[in-house]
Amino acid sequence: MPASNPDDPRGARGVSRRGFLSSMGVGAVSVALPAPLTAGPLAGADLIEAGDLTPVALNVNERVYRVLVEPRWSLLYTLREELGLTAAKEGCGRGECGACTVLMDGVPRYSCLTLATEAEGSSVTTLEGIMEGEELGPTQQAFAEEDAFQCGYCTPGQIVAAEGLLRVNPHPSPEEIRAGMSGNLCRCGAYAHIFRAVERAAAVGAGRGGAS
Amino acid sequence: MSADKEVRYWLEGTELLETPQPDQDLEPWTETRVVGQRRPRVDAYERVSGTARYPSDVVLPGMLYGAILRCPHSHARVRSVDISAATGMPGVHAVLSGFSEPDRALRAHRSLLREQLFNPVCRHEGEVVAAAAADTPYRARDALRAIRVDYEELEFVSDERDALEPGAPPVHEGGNRVGDPQVYERGDLARGFEEADVVLEEEYRTECQLHTPLEPHGCVAEWEGDRLTLWESTQGVYPVRQQVAQALGMRQSRVRVLGEYMGGGFGSKLGAGKYTILAALLAKVTARPVKLFLTREETFLAVGNRPPANMRLRAGAKRDGTLTALEFVATATGGAYPAGGTSALDYLVRNLYLCPNVRTETADLYINAGPARAMRAPGHPQCSWALEQMVDALAEAVGMDPVEFRLRNVPEVSQAGRGRPYTTTGLAECLGRGAEAFGWAEARARAEEGTADPTVRRGVGMAGGMWAAGGGGPPSTVIIKLFSDGAVSLNMGASDIGTGTKTVMAMVAAEELWVDPGEIQIEHADTATTHFASASGGSKTVPTESPAVRAAAVLVKQQLLEMAARQLDVDAATLDLREGRVVSTSGPPREVAVSELTELRRRGFVEGIGFRGPNPRDKEVHPFVAQFCEVEVDLSTGEVEILRFLGAHDSGRVLNRTTYDNQVFGGMTMGIGFGSTEKRVLDRGQSGLLLSRGWHDYRIPTAMDVPANMSTVPVDPGDAEANTTGAKGIGEPATIPTAAAVANAVYHATGVRITETPITPARLVEALAGRERGV
Repeated sequence: MPASNPDDPRGARGVSRRGFLSSMGVGAVSVALPAPLTAGPLAGADLIEAGDLTPVALNVNERVYRVLVEPRWSLLYTLREELGLTAAKEGCGRGECGACTVLMDGVPRYSCLTLATEAEGSSVTTLEGIMEGEELGPTQQAFAEEDAFQCGYCTPGQIVAAEGLLRVNPHPSPEEIRAGMSGNLCRCGAYAHIFRAVERAAAVGAGRGGAS
Repeated sequence: MSADKEVRYWLEGTELLETPQPDQDLEPWTETRVVGQRRPRVDAYERVSGTARYPSDVVLPGMLYGAILRCPHSHARVRSVDISAATGMPGVHAVLSGFSEPDRALRAHRSLLREQLFNPVCRHEGEVVAAAAADTPYRARDALRAIRVDYEELEFVSDERDALEPGAPPVHEGGNRVGDPQVYERGDLARGFEEADVVLEEEYRTECQLHTPLEPHGCVAEWEGDRLTLWESTQGVYPVRQQVAQALGMRQSRVRVLGEYMGGGFGSKLGAGKYTILAALLAKVTARPVKLFLTREETFLAVGNRPPANMRLRAGAKRDGTLTALEFVATATGGAYPAGGTSALDYLVRNLYLCPNVRTETADLYINAGPARAMRAPGHPQCSWALEQMVDALAEAVGMDPVEFRLRNVPEVSQAGRGRPYTTTGLAECLGRGAEAFGWAEARARAEEGTADPTVRRGVGMAGGMWAAGGGGPPSTVIIKLFSDGAVSLNMGASDIGTGTKTVMAMVAAEELWVDPGEIQIEHADTATTHFASASGGSKTVPTESPAVRAAAVLVKQQLLEMAARQLDVDAATLDLREGRVVSTSGPPREVAVSELTELRRRGFVEGIGFRGPNPRDKEVHPFVAQFCEVEVDLSTGEVEILRFLGAHDSGRVLNRTTYDNQVFGGMTMGIGFGSTEKRVLDRGQSGLLLSRGWHDYRIPTAMDVPANMSTVPVDPGDAEANTTGAKGIGEPATIPTAAAVANAVYHATGVRITETPITPARLVEALAGRERGV
């Protein structure tokens, strides 16, 4: 288990675990709870009751959804339970596993650590969005052909992370693949096949805007 | 939910009647067209497109979200629970506890609620105290935060090494022993040690490992009148149905459980949980569907683990490498309840290597921690960690190569199985062919030459293994239908937990029926529409289900041949299937397309009901393994980089080489975690609380931790006696020797034996420094 290399190219990509964490937003919003459970709202923050809904316009897979959300709702919750886009999965709900990975403006991002309100103004791409109609995109096809999964629960996040990697680095080295995929856990342990799938996807030009 | 029953699932099967014996006598396949090939999965599209619907993806109209309040103390008694503030909160539909009068809809379950689900004695952090259902999961958690609980904190013991100390707080009345220590003996131990030229003794410890499947445990529950439907993330829909029906006092026919896709289990999802029952009760009292999935932290606390083990092993061998004596004494803990803490912990000592004089003694203890559940080869990786390091040390002590030493001690019969022979034992071939494919001798010599960098050392290590189960057996029933256009559907109750069950079964059917496996419609894992199956666990699904699939397919084929024989006016024995046609194999050439069979068109379909026949009497069926790895150790930092891993496995006939490889690599990956990174940490002596509460603190292998260079060597001695497909299990054997192989490689590289998991850089650096100081 080599230490991470400070010169590693992944630092610039925002796909390392640290990159995800540092990009996590903190809204100045607190939710009212029955006294004495909270010490009161932060000074200067608006007090919002649980159930107070805020309109947001989310651009997901090149469609605009106008939805009412509680400000505390995560993008993941909103995608899955409100919009019915269930490909992104909840594995931990707190930025540890990457099963919820989506692209925000092309960059992999943990949607469980992203508030729905934060995603407004960004272009969000989920696994559903890299399909070509009912057809698999080239990265998905590569994962299918290399059997790069077992239970398949982490797979949507893995594929989206791979797609994000290939969009900025169409020809990653084995070490770059490893680093680029390191923010996505697979407990079934399909990593060896995942590496091959990303190589295959790169070979057919995935990430460069559709099928080769 | 009997814990005792659960942990021995892989040895005892179920209490249900076995299926009838098939009245066919199927010869082993001599050559195959489909079986054994590399094939992508039949459900690959669903799994990579996001269209596979996991239980946690289910969204139903009007659905509420459930959440569970758990005890924050290691040991406490609940004095009172006040839910009044929570029940009135907007969006909150129900709050349940053991201290409030149940709503009329739940009155029949009063004792279930008070004594079982919400028992006031909390013996570990994370015991269930209350539950709520609300419009959103956020509001359900708001409700939990508004519940006031008065706890009387009790003294606790959070480490089994403290559990028998004088004054240790008893987890249960009667003390901290789950039962009397289990003792196994054969031969004459004292004489065995007398005969030995070398006697070594060492203590080993393996830490508690958590399953952590990516999909948390949980379900969606919906009632229609007195019928309950559950979408449960489970390895076995039928055990869940049986347990839920029993808990709620219902007929099994009133409970439907679906689990077509599920996000991993590794033994922790073999049955229902309290969460399942709570979801059903919350749905009943609210008259709304309820989705209840645990948080990641809850899964770390309350839904199982591989128990930590403390093992002392004393072993004797002669100069020529013959093992003469093994003495194994171990303690372990299944947590706060009887949960099989020492289950199968001594199996490898008893059975893996030929040794006439053996004594084992294992003691299962209680501590205030979450109970164990079966985890991928219960007991075996722990025992392997001790035995395989000891065998390596013995080999060195007598000056033999570790592979050669093991080859000297390969048994031909099952010593723990009262001397019964194996159907086949590929252990010697796994060792020999694995070593050859790995380049063992060359790699060993090369590693000993050193590297250019004096702070970096290379080493190779290996370990053997076997799995106590893995032969499968009845009951299993599979139905195959073939329709008038030649299309095929396959109906089985078994879950595909990610191992490729559906794909393998489609390939077996395709082998007999000459159809494209990808075109077979598969219905499975639904108690309302698919046939009974036991849970997918114990590495038994393929050897259990595939013979039933083959039997069903052959019955369909025979009916097609008979229909064609009548239509062509020839003897059915002269006909066979070829690519969608019935053709004559002798006599004048005659043929007819399946879709042109008049009788088939009139009837619409034919079906075959296949049963799993019994296992051979008086023989044992087991998978065997030897794994090999090469590592590089940085002596200055203690970091271990695993460069490559090879698994040589006798799991009988390989049915799909692609999913077989994937299973082996996955098992190795989990074993690398067990040996290198994973450790549940409880706050011993302070609060007793769980400190490793998520994947940041409890580290499972990431893409950075495993080698890309993983390979398999299938060893198939042709197990025609085991069953009609010749397959044995692979999922569990693949993880058994991995951690020990890494430890042996680290020793080879550094000369330091790490006897406690995990081999962290800090531990290795400390051991290296200790050696320099001569400690």
